Amino acid sequence: MISATTRPRLATKARLRFDRKSTRYMLLYPEKGLVLNPTSADILKLCTGEHTVAAIVQQLADKYGKDAPEVEQEVVGFLRAMADRGLVQDAP
Amino acid sequence: MTDTPRPYTLIAELTYRCPLRCVYCSNPLDYARHDAELDTATWQRVFREAEELGVVQLNLTGGEPLVRDDLEALITVARELDLYTNLITSGIPLRRERLERLRALGLDNVQISIQDVRAPQSDRIAGHPAFERKLEVAGWVKALGLPLTLNVVLHRDNLDHVPEVIALAERLGADRLELANTQYLGWALLNRAALLPTREQLEGARAVAAEARQRLRGRMEVLFVVPDYFRDVPPACMDGWGRRFLLVSPDGLALPCHAAHTLSGLTFDNVKDRPLAEIWEQGEGFNAFRGEAWMPEPCRSCDRRTVDFGGCRCQAFQLTGRAAATDPVCGLSPDHALIDTARAAAAAAAGETTFHYRMAKTTFAP
Repeated sequence: MISATTRPRLATKARLRFDRKSTRYMLLYPEKGLVLNPTSADILKLCTGEHTVAAIVQQLADKYGKDAPEVEQEVVGFLRAMADRGLVQDAP
Repeated sequence: MTDTPRPYTLIAELTYRCPLRCVYCSNPLDYARHDAELDTATWQRVFREAEELGVVQLNLTGGEPLVRDDLEALITVARELDLYTNLITSGIPLRRERLERLRALGLDNVQISIQDVRAPQSDRIAGHPAFERKLEVAGWVKALGLPLTLNVVLHRDNLDHVPEVIALAERLGADRLELANTQYLGWALLNRAALLPTREQLEGARAVAAEARQRLRGRMEVLFVVPDYFRDVPPACMDGWGRRFLLVSPDGLALPCHAAHTLSGLTFDNVKDRPLAEIWEQGEGFNAFRGEAWMPEPCRSCDRRTVDFGGCRCQAFQLTGRAAATDPVCGLSPDHALIDTARAAAAAAAGETTFHYRMAKTTFAP
């Protein structure tokens, strides 16, 4: 379960790709792809297994000039939804 | 044209050659009639032109793509173009060293098909002793850290084995399980009487798959694709004609789907003759069933016309002889009795069935 102390990473089958046509990042996986909004792309770029969720939250809060608790709710909700779809995993 | 849709996926049918002879093969009945396969440089150009058009997903398929000895050169270019590269294979001609090489080149996903959960049944459908080898190859895929999709085409003889299929997929550590019911086109249409399941079988398997999808959420993606013959309304075949998918056949025809070149009266261009963008945007075949102008009633005034785009053109053609007919699987189609009759015939059929195995013929009289 994704929490502040876990270190999420993209699932093996998922890969980020910048899309020239839409100028958005896409998350690609077998037979499918998601077009990401900039915030989602920022979160997923940090899902390398190195950063804790808390660290990701802090980076986003700094970048967007928001309070960490507010950002945390959004980030954890997004990552749990992605984990539910098998696209993000907790690093072992 | 500014309103031409953007293709997201290129299905590269690298060859029609295959060690298997599956009775529901998606290659055309007359596959042996087709010309020589495209060479390496032409495929690489097609990948570049496809990426330029907007393609982000590449399915390397066939036939059996591993029989091409230039797969390494093709994957290299695909990854230079940052295409998500999926190898769709029987697994049969693969050696572990080659798989290691393909992984090192950046292959993103491997999809292996199995035909059933036990060797005799699986090999009977494939027309080749293949099952044990497939399991071994699936093991290598996971051992090398590659994502594994397990694909099982479902029909009357294996729908009752779906619980065991799911258990096998879990044991193999599959990341994605495609439980794809046979769609009755081409070879499968020829074998329809032997393959079409009963509604009870289908509902049973669907319930098992739904339970597994919940239980395995986040670990294994479980897909269950219902056969068109048991839907009341058709699905959006290929997400609509010439909307999201672009397929190139082994000899270079650019097509909206696997079977589009079986539709008589349509002209499809060859990538050897014309740039891919021009074919996609202006090709006669690609534009034949885009939009709504071609639609007959009841599609033309139907609320679902923007959802299902009139269903499958190949199914309409293969069942009625008219490519622009409403897909007969639709309950509103004037030809829907064809589907009812086929389902009733299948329900009445029992016991031993004879298969027509995929084989090289240049003319075909079933």
